[in-house]
Amino acid sequence: MKNLPDEKIDPVQSNANLVLSGSEARLRKEHDTVGMEHGVPPEEHEESLFSSFNRSPYAFHDLFMLRQAVAPHASVIVQMKTLDELLERDRRREKDGFPRKIQVGRLVKAKRGAKGQVVVVVPSTEEEKFYHDAVIRPPDEGRNAGGTGDEEEGEVLGEQQARDDEGQPGGGPGQGGEESHDMESSAYELGKTLTEQFQLPNLKEKGKRRSLTRYTHDLTDRNRGSGQILDKKATLRRILGTNRALGNMPDDQPVDPTRFLIAPSDKVYRTLSMEKDWEPQAVVFFVRDYSGSMAGKVTDLVVTQHVLIYSWLIYQYAGQVESRFILHDTQAKEVPDFNTYYNSRVAGGTQVSSAYQLVNEIVAEAGLARDYNIYVFHGTDGDDWDTHGEFALPELEKMLGYVSRMGITIAEHSDMTGGTDVAHYLEKSGLLKSKPHLIRMDAMEESADEGRVIEGIRKLIS
Amino acid sequence: MELINQHTKTIMEGCKERARDAGLSFTDESLEYIVTNRDLLELGPKVMIPTLYDYWVHDVEVLHAKGTYELYPHNPYETVINTRPPISFYNDNNPDWLNVMIFYHVLGHIDVFQNNLYFRNTWDYDFTGQALSDKRVIARLRSEKGRWVDYVIEFSRAIDNLVDFHGELAELFVSQEAGCSARLNYYFDVFLQSVKKVSISEYVREINRYNESMRNFGPLAEKTFFADAERRYPELESHFLREKQTQPSRRDLLRYLLEKSEFLNRDENQWMKTILEIIRKTSLFFQPQIRTKIVNEGWASYWHEKLFLQDDRIKGHEVDFARIHAGVTSLPRVGTNPYALGMRLFTYIEQQADKGRLSFDFQRVKDSNTRKRFDTKNVGGQEAIFGVRENLGDALFIKNYLDQDFLDLHKLFVVGKRLDRRRMVWQYYVKSRKAEDYRKMLMDTLYHPPVITVDPDKGDGDLYLVHTFEGKQLVQEYIASTMMGIEYLWGRPVHLETSVAQVDVVPETGNEGVPDGAVVWQRVLFTMEGKTLTQKVL
Repeated sequence: MKNLPDEKIDPVQSNANLVLSGSEARLRKEHDTVGMEHGVPPEEHEESLFSSFNRSPYAFHDLFMLRQAVAPHASVIVQMKTLDELLERDRRREKDGFPRKIQVGRLVKAKRGAKGQVVVVVPSTEEEKFYHDAVIRPPDEGRNAGGTGDEEEGEVLGEQQARDDEGQPGGGPGQGGEESHDMESSAYELGKTLTEQFQLPNLKEKGKRRSLTRYTHDLTDRNRGSGQILDKKATLRRILGTNRALGNMPDDQPVDPTRFLIAPSDKVYRTLSMEKDWEPQAVVFFVRDYSGSMAGKVTDLVVTQHVLIYSWLIYQYAGQVESRFILHDTQAKEVPDFNTYYNSRVAGGTQVSSAYQLVNEIVAEAGLARDYNIYVFHGTDGDDWDTHGEFALPELEKMLGYVSRMGITIAEHSDMTGGTDVAHYLEKSGLLKSKPHLIRMDAMEESADEGRVIEGIRKLIS
Repeated sequence: MELINQHTKTIMEGCKERARDAGLSFTDESLEYIVTNRDLLELGPKVMIPTLYDYWVHDVEVLHAKGTYELYPHNPYETVINTRPPISFYNDNNPDWLNVMIFYHVLGHIDVFQNNLYFRNTWDYDFTGQALSDKRVIARLRSEKGRWVDYVIEFSRAIDNLVDFHGELAELFVSQEAGCSARLNYYFDVFLQSVKKVSISEYVREINRYNESMRNFGPLAEKTFFADAERRYPELESHFLREKQTQPSRRDLLRYLLEKSEFLNRDENQWMKTILEIIRKTSLFFQPQIRTKIVNEGWASYWHEKLFLQDDRIKGHEVDFARIHAGVTSLPRVGTNPYALGMRLFTYIEQQADKGRLSFDFQRVKDSNTRKRFDTKNVGGQEAIFGVRENLGDALFIKNYLDQDFLDLHKLFVVGKRLDRRRMVWQYYVKSRKAEDYRKMLMDTLYHPPVITVDPDKGDGDLYLVHTFEGKQLVQEYIASTMMGIEYLWGRPVHLETSVAQVDVVPETGNEGVPDGAVVWQRVLFTMEGKTLTQKVL
């Protein structure tokens, strides 16, 4: 399909970005916001004077107005079943030659205070019809609303921080909450879904660490003559050996198995025995650029992808994953939970090396390299003030000394032609080619859809 | 779901009596159910129709793009549904006085459902019953055809906003004796002009001949006239019959597909037509509701206020009532509340009519002092608002009655939003206090599906759709999927002629304000062939 040269324009962003073209605007934004607080946006959509500005008359219902009822919420268990069904249906759609319709990752929302263990998965879809597009209109005619009061024409009623609207990754559709029936599910479930439904590959183990505390019982020991379950393959092998020695298997004639002798001691059994459990363990570092240039769509992409990777790893390691979240602009800092990681606002400049350095420090301090599989996933828009990677590359090489996989996601701004800083210096360093099993890079456009995001994951981890 | 208890039902019946005395009219029976949150969860996606057909999308959150709610003007949690008898939903812990208020509100809605002419197409049957049988049909088909049923539902729903509601309604209102017969219309409007291409003098002669036979033969006039006409044009009857069969409404895409699609009319695909018909009927059922939101809520609010305050049973709860009522019907500082606006507009119309101001005499008065004092002591207010409730939908309600006086009376204005880039704040400001602008703002928020017609002369077997340009383009991302569905139902390639915006962004000229940019409209042709969309500029 041929695409039109128009972007789906978010009015907020378009207004903010139109002033200067592309990278210059972003750079300026970064400079302007250096030193600003990142802060997590308020959890609930505050009931402000202007919150009903965009509210359509059709959004008023008797239920809420007259009875002041609260929108009903679906429980986890009721709906978990349907997710599987829906995804199954979606897979069949593809086989029948129609595009998929269910989106899972787009509406992932991190929940506060849950130590990063809970994400909210909302399977969602769109009912496509011919609709009038309300977004495109002459620029001097913005969206209007009704109002009432004593002010004169032209008088300002109030103001609202414009930045609030930008770079709020978690605040995608469904934020109003009024009609959303969220489906809660653990990250584990989502990971399972991803692995099974989207056919993400299973992990190759780098190494396992022996657990001293857990034991399992398994039919692993073999015993001849007696036991719980006959190991047929091993038994047949022994019988063949015995009969060959007895000369019952001549080389030049057809074998007649009825003449075989079977000694009691040829029967091999498996017996139950206690085994020490082997547990793979992993530490995942999620690193995200939250500099000023990351506003809007790119952040959305990066965090969506990280939620998905996170869930997938949790499933792969059966919950034995420790995750660390690192945000960076020109300086890097570790944040305690996924919610903060997911929701922190963008501001400031970019220095990729600061984040790599912090990861290296944490690994070195805690001695993680010895016992753990270490994964580092880094999401950025590819801008770096350290244009040639003079600081970033040495840190990166150090990192490659211990990681199982380093995955760098670059969500390119749509006006980025000819690649980004980070992509450039990575290519130049030759690391991508010389150590493909350790480091992967995936660059996608900011307009990428969910399918592309999952494709990206496959690229990063396969 | 269970019915409300006898005690509450008695209250409801009392409300009905009082509402009737006040002039509202509705059927005797009504059903009131108690619903739990769980019920609501199931009912919401089914637009509160308990018997609506099952469809997997009902189990999924449908994405509403941020700030573009107007794309989806549907109301998931309606309290009353327009069925026979009307059904309304309640929670079980309401105090009696609140129930009284809600009952009056509900009766207001029922009154609109059963008297507003936009609902004319829903009067002759019970939708829940209809929906139940549809649901069973779909369930049976699903057991036979499996998931293909859902594909057909999906593709038909994708165009269920392209039903010709007004055309459908018009057919109901053309009374038999008022117009001419279809044959006569065809003969003069189509046959003589397009098929025979007769000269004007010939045409006039035919009209005279018709008038003459009207004079001479009375009730047998038409028969005699056509007996003559057929002698001259023996092919007339067959032409007429063919035309009657092959003239589906071109604005009603679903019906057009039903009647003309070769793919759907194949023997093995006949079952799909059942589904298309169900989707179409369902869509038509909801059309009047979407188009009377402000009238409906305004009317119900007007009456629940009026009747509650007159009700002797709830003495002592005036303050409680006032609190809830104000919450529902106060004019928001910013935003449009259909309850508040509609109620005030009805009150305003009543007052204006009582003073004889809904008249040409009043319109001619330009002097503001005279206008203020203008009062003919007409007392036609009630009649006027009942007339509005019977005849108007939202668009005309606003267009006819929302004037400058109303705007000034309630201090209404249009709020604009602009970016102050230096301080990075959004400013909300009073953009206009002109009635004209306010009406335009409201009209822009009303439901208005695109007008897309079939052009049977183009396409050469392919389906050729023409989107009538009204200053807005179609949502671009949705075009591909929607057209893919139509292609499936048509069985051949589909073309769509529409307009697309090219936004030229010019660097900002001033220091503040919105950047200048020009929208250039371009007529383009989308073609969906083999599930691939191509586009070319016309």
